[in-house]
Amino acid sequence: MKKTAIILPAAMLALTALVGCSTKEMGGVVSTDGSTSMERVICTLGEAFLEANPRMSFTYNPTGSGSGIQAVREGRCDIGLSSRALKPEEVAQGLTGTVLSYDGIAIIVNPNNPVSDLDVYTVAKLYKGEIANWKEIGGEDLPVVLIGREAGSGTRSGFEEATGTSKKCKYRQELTSTGNVITAVAQNPGAVGYASLASIEDSVKVLKIGGVTPTEESVKSGQYAVQRPFVMVTKTGVPLSAAAQTFVDFARSADGAKLIVKAGSVPAN
Amino acid sequence: MYKRQQLVESAVHGIFLLLGLVTVGCVLLITLYLVVSGIPAIREIGFVDFLFGDTWASTGEEPKFGILPFLLTSIYGTAGAVLFGVPIGFLTSVYLAKMAPAKVRSVLESAVSLLAGIPSVVYGLVGMLVLVPGIRKLFHVPDGAGLLAAIVVLAVMILPSIIKVSVTALEAVPKEYEEASLALGATPVETWFRVSVPAARSGIAAAVVLGVGRAIGEAMAVMMVSGNAPNMPGLFESVRFLTTAVASEMAYSSGLQREALFSIALVLCFFVLLINAIMNAFLKRNREG
Repeated sequence: MKKTAIILPAAMLALTALVGCSTKEMGGVVSTDGSTSMERVICTLGEAFLEANPRMSFTYNPTGSGSGIQAVREGRCDIGLSSRALKPEEVAQGLTGTVLSYDGIAIIVNPNNPVSDLDVYTVAKLYKGEIANWKEIGGEDLPVVLIGREAGSGTRSGFEEATGTSKKCKYRQELTSTGNVITAVAQNPGAVGYASLASIEDSVKVLKIGGVTPTEESVKSGQYAVQRPFVMVTKTGVPLSAAAQTFVDFARSADGAKLIVKAGSVPAN
Repeated sequence: MYKRQQLVESAVHGIFLLLGLVTVGCVLLITLYLVVSGIPAIREIGFVDFLFGDTWASTGEEPKFGILPFLLTSIYGTAGAVLFGVPIGFLTSVYLAKMAPAKVRSVLESAVSLLAGIPSVVYGLVGMLVLVPGIRKLFHVPDGAGLLAAIVVLAVMILPSIIKVSVTALEAVPKEYEEASLALGATPVETWFRVSVPAARSGIAAAVVLGVGRAIGEAMAVMMVSGNAPNMPGLFESVRFLTTAVASEMAYSSGLQREALFSIALVLCFFVLLINAIMNAFLKRNREG
């Protein structure tokens, strides 16, 4: 049982090279391709899937949402992974998106910061450098210190997409882990940062966005705005291979939901 | 009988040679790999644009790959660390080698060894929790993470190498030199600074170069306290070093961005090789002189 967990990363590495999906024998190959942000969710699911179905194999090619959608359209993989909803034209091209889970991103400030509720628009203005002092939005007379993640991080792209600040953020610090972001925000009374909802600690204060506290429920219902869906993309009307269908069913089952929670995301069903 | 002995002898020689070649092989392999994977991006971006471009926006709409901010930050940061670290390290080593009573010396020396053994991530963590807020309060700046914090951390990190090598150099000064100086009526302090230190100067210079090498190659500790935004260096500005530029973006990079990171590593490697060459020159002079 344990061996599969060890073999999976190695197998993924080896198979990413071969991910032409030509080998669809009876044992069954499930190939996925796409969003790097979904790595934790999809690998947690993949490992458990392999434990339950030792004769099948599972591959994940972390290329990015755009490439994943492209790959499934061209039939180079079974399931494309996208960390944004499909665009209408992509649906028109014959693709179907199934939301696997939601990724909520919490906006965090220092516990001593009196500000506790902002709307998405104000958060965007903060991060674009248009609001430079907390007193402009009802806080103390302190300069705003923007803490974020490094270029390429899934949390960063998720945050920037959800707030409409893609590539416009004027970061003061670009840190390489959620833990470092939380530590930096906890140390500085003027700091604001963002982190995946699942990894928030008590040392920082989580802001309400438009009056909504980020929780599993508010993310799932869509009330909490700073979030994005994790989508499994397939071809409309084309049945999946038996192995891929087994995986999709597994991912959307109650057991799958537990694993998704474990991986820090909010399951869609 | 004789022949058999000779056979064993040469077999042992062969094994040792092979083991020695492992190190050489590793160096060659790494260098070769860096050159092969670092050159294409430099060629694509353009040598001048790469080295002297002042904007780094690897994932921007229009990606820009100028590493001048990283280059300058690495140079300023290392120079700053040397500025703080060398006087402290040098005077400590004079004290240890010449002045300190045996008991104090053994305590101090084990403290220095311990300092050398602290993992860099611990330096970074302490810097993040103590130094960064400290700088923010002391200088009344919005955020303490930046070049100054990195310089202070690096200065502490290079102390052990400077102290240890300098002490060895000072102790190697022949006793006769000092005795002659004392016999001529010089005070002990005059003797240490006018006779012992000049006699050990190339060893001390080697210590400084070793410190520079350590400072320029450090990534982890620096990454946690320097803020990591690709700005031009300023004392309280959030900055990115050559090392941290590679470390912070490698995990998710792709395409030209990834190739450019290899090119940065190549530039860094070139710097370190240069510093090693300088150190070897000093050590050689030390042995001859």
